[in-house]
Order: sequence, then C-alpha cells, then structure tokens
Amino acid sequence: MSQERILPAPPVNVEHEEFWAAANDGVLMVPRCKDTGKFFWYPRKLSPFTLSQNVELVPASGKGVIYTYSVMRRADPPYAIAYVTLDEGITMMTNIVDCDFDKISIGQAVSVVFRETEGGQKVPVFKPAG
Amino acid sequence: MSIRGVAHIAGIFEHPTRHAKDKSVAQLHGEVAAGALADAGLTLDDVDGYFCAGDAPGLGPLSMIEYMGLRNVRHMNATDVGGSSYVLHIGHAAQAIALGKCSVALITLAGRPRAEGMATGTRPRNYGADLPDAPFESMYRPTVVNMYAMAAHRHMHEFGTTSEQLAWIKVAASHHAQHNPHAMLQKVVTVEDVVNSPMVSDPLHRFDCCVISDGGGAFVVVSREIAASLARDTVKVLGHGEAPKHLNAGAVDLTFTGARWSGPIAFEEAGVTPGDIDYASIYDSFTITVLETIEDLDFCAVGEGGKFVSDGNLISGVGTLPFNTDGGGLCSNHPINRGGLTKVLEAVRQLRDDAHPAVQVKNCQIALAHGTGGSIGTRMGSSTVILGRADA
Repeated sequence: MSQERILPAPPVNVEHEEFWAAANDGVLMVPRCKDTGKFFWYPRKLSPFTLSQNVELVPASGKGVIYTYSVMRRADPPYAIAYVTLDEGITMMTNIVDCDFDKISIGQAVSVVFRETEGGQKVPVFKPAG
Repeated sequence: MSIRGVAHIAGIFEHPTRHAKDKSVAQLHGEVAAGALADAGLTLDDVDGYFCAGDAPGLGPLSMIEYMGLRNVRHMNATDVGGSSYVLHIGHAAQAIALGKCSVALITLAGRPRAEGMATGTRPRNYGADLPDAPFESMYRPTVVNMYAMAAHRHMHEFGTTSEQLAWIKVAASHHAQHNPHAMLQKVVTVEDVVNSPMVSDPLHRFDCCVISDGGGAFVVVSREIAASLARDTVKVLGHGEAPKHLNAGAVDLTFTGARWSGPIAFEEAGVTPGDIDYASIYDSFTITVLETIEDLDFCAVGEGGKFVSDGNLISGVGTLPFNTDGGGLCSNHPINRGGLTKVLEAVRQLRDDAHPAVQVKNCQIALAHGTGGSIGTRMGSSTVILGRADA
C-alpha cells in the first residue's frame, strides 16, 4: 500500500467557495452549463460552451475510470497523478490513493474519497472501486 | 494574403554555454543578440523590431531594448506561449514585415535555470491563486515530467506504443549529438540504455527527458529587400502556423498535440507537403513530445509514430526524416526550459549547409521547425514554421 504525504492546499479564490465548502462536507460537485445541459471541468462561473453565467454545481456520482496516470518515482514518497473520467463524462486531474501503485491501470474503476490538505481544506482524490 | 517569401532569416547565433554561472540573464540576451546581428552582417541600429518572451527579465521588450541599447525599434512583441514562442515569433515578425511595421526583427532567448539550481521537470511550480486551473490541479502535484508521462501512457494504451519505440528518438538524438562539441550529452546511447535508465515518472525514464541547460540563442528576421542586400546566405520563411490546445472543458485527449492544427496551416501557406520536408527540427522536451508531433504533422499516420521512429528513421544519413541534427533538447541544450528557438537555429544551419558535415542533409531545400510550449498534459501552444533556401 502506498505511503502518503499531506497534500499542499489548493489556492482557493472567491470564484469557488461553494465547490470547496461541498468538498469539506465530502461531496464532489461538478459544474454544468444550463444553456447546453453539458457538464464541464474545471469549475468556473462562466460556461466554457457559451460564456454565459447560467451555470450550476451539482453533486457528482463520484465514480469514474482512470483515463491515464503516472507514478512520480522521483518524489519521496512516490505519488500517482491521474486523469479520471467521471460517469458524468468529464475528465479531471487528481491523485490515485489507497492502492499498490504498480497495480494501477488505465480503464480501472475508481471512486472519490477526500483528503485533508495543509490548512484543512479537503480535496477530492480517487481510490480503486469496490 | 500570405507571408510566403516576404521575410528571410538572415542571422543566427547559439550561445555555446550550457552552464552560465558567471553571466546574468540580460547579459546572455545581449550576447546572443550581438552574435546573430554579426552573423547577418547587420548592426544594432539596423534593428527596428524586437521580439522576446517570458524568459526576458522585467518588462520584456522595455527592459531588454534599454539594456541592449536598441535605439530604432518601432515594433515590439512579447507573445509568450512557453517554448513555442520563438517559432511563433517568426510568423509574427513576417506579418509585421509584410505590413511595413519593421524590416529587421531581432528575436532573443536566454536564461540560466541550471546555474540557479532549478528542478525543472520534477518539482511542482507555483503559479499563484489567480491562475484559473490551479485550484483544481496544483495540489495533485503536476510537474513537467508527470504531465508528459500521462500523455505517453495514454498513447501506449490506445496505440500500443512501447518504451523501446520512444527510446529510438533519444538514440537518434544521441547519434547527432556526438558531433556537437557544445552538446551536454555527447555519448551515443542504445535503446537498452534508455529503457534501463532510472524511471522518473512512468513510463518516462531519465533518458526520455531533455537536459536542463543555461544559455540561449537569437535570430534576425528581415524583409526580402534587406536579405537581398546582405552578403550572408539567408533562409526564406515559406509558411507558419500556430495553435493553442487545452483540456477542452473536460473532454481530455492527450494522444495528440496542437501540431495537428498548426501544421496544416503552415504547410498550406508554404505550398508544400510533409513529403517535401528534407529536414525537421521537432521540439523534444521528452521523447513522447516528438512522437506525437510527428504524427500530428502527418509524417506518419496517427498511432504509427512508434513504428515510424524505430530503427534509426530519424538519424541523418540513415532514415527518411533526419531530425534535430544538433542533438536537440534531449542531448544538446534546452535553454531556460524553452527549446523552440534552438529548433529554428538548426533548421537554418541545415538550409545553409552549415550543419556538422556528419549530419548535414545532402541538398537540403525545405526544412520544418516546430515548437511546443506549456504542457501536452494540460494546455499548450504549438507553432510550426517551414523554411526554404533563399531561392526556394
């Protein structure tokens, strides 16, 4: 099982207070453009499809599959960075945790968990499902 | 309207240093500027256009124009799209020249990350809270290497590309670097050497990664009238294309680069096809950068890059697409982590028959230089330029 070091805090700014408050409650929110009905990533207050302010955050399923990953062997301890494609169809950068890094694979099913970062803000990471 | 033929590259200079302990960043910019102007047979007062990017200190053009004593600048440009900036600057300089905004454009690059002890590839960088993507990426510790590594992993997954195939790119670069006395890594390596070098971030080994170096380079883009007045052999700018690529609101595809869009624009403007290219400088921050770019520029089909680069196909005198005959970023240098400018320099040398005789492409008529800036794992700038001999 992988060792972990506490993650640095995300640089939180005024645009994303709702997203981070939900994360602290253990909920991954995903943004959706209400003009087109489409999800997008990363979160922003303007739709990247229409540039309108008609956007909302909705709770995600928290399930997805690994699109790609890499284990940074030069770090101490090593860590696994990844892109995970959520069931909602969008792909987000994250870390893979709670697993043997040598057994991570593209296409593997994962589910969201939360990790406290420096200063206490929780952030979404993923672990193998099941 | 087109820039085809309106501008020429009249002078080039590459700083020989790879470790600039005793020189400032501004000093390096000044030294490469002086070298390129001397190569062209031009003087400081001939310069009426100045281009630089994020490696220039202070307020870019304002700081450097003063430091270098440029007195006649009437056109300046600080477009910064990372390592691709200087390839893009050729296109923008040609546009400015076509419109009469300047006739002698100087482009400089310089820096000293090695002297400053920068862990370029393996340490996360802090770009600040205003960067819109940072709140959703920075805590996961993206670095230069693991971002390119994720592109490589996905390319392997979709197309069956192997580490051995990627290694051939480094092998070819090392065959060229043995003839470059300034190259940081002059030893010829084998596929086995590459795949047995230490894993940095899977699947990229140490030898899949470019060097970290100080130094820099410069070139001078001039109008065709100025070019005709010079004693120097000049190189004609035939076409240019540029493109951003990004994560597309979460519709992520890391198996290709912006070269898929910048390439066709440049080829169309130049009126040539990939089959007409005698020599290619391909940005080589990592082996995967080259492989994806070669596919995107249509030198081979998408997914076939691994086969294409194998068995020495990129080695001058051996394969069908001689590339990076100075050793490139993988072996020679990658000044201030930005390799676009040096890509242009070797393409110009090839077209002037100034490359090392052991790697000079015979009868080199048309060359391509391609720059990649930012990260192919997130957001990037791509810029392609096609150059020809003065009579092309």
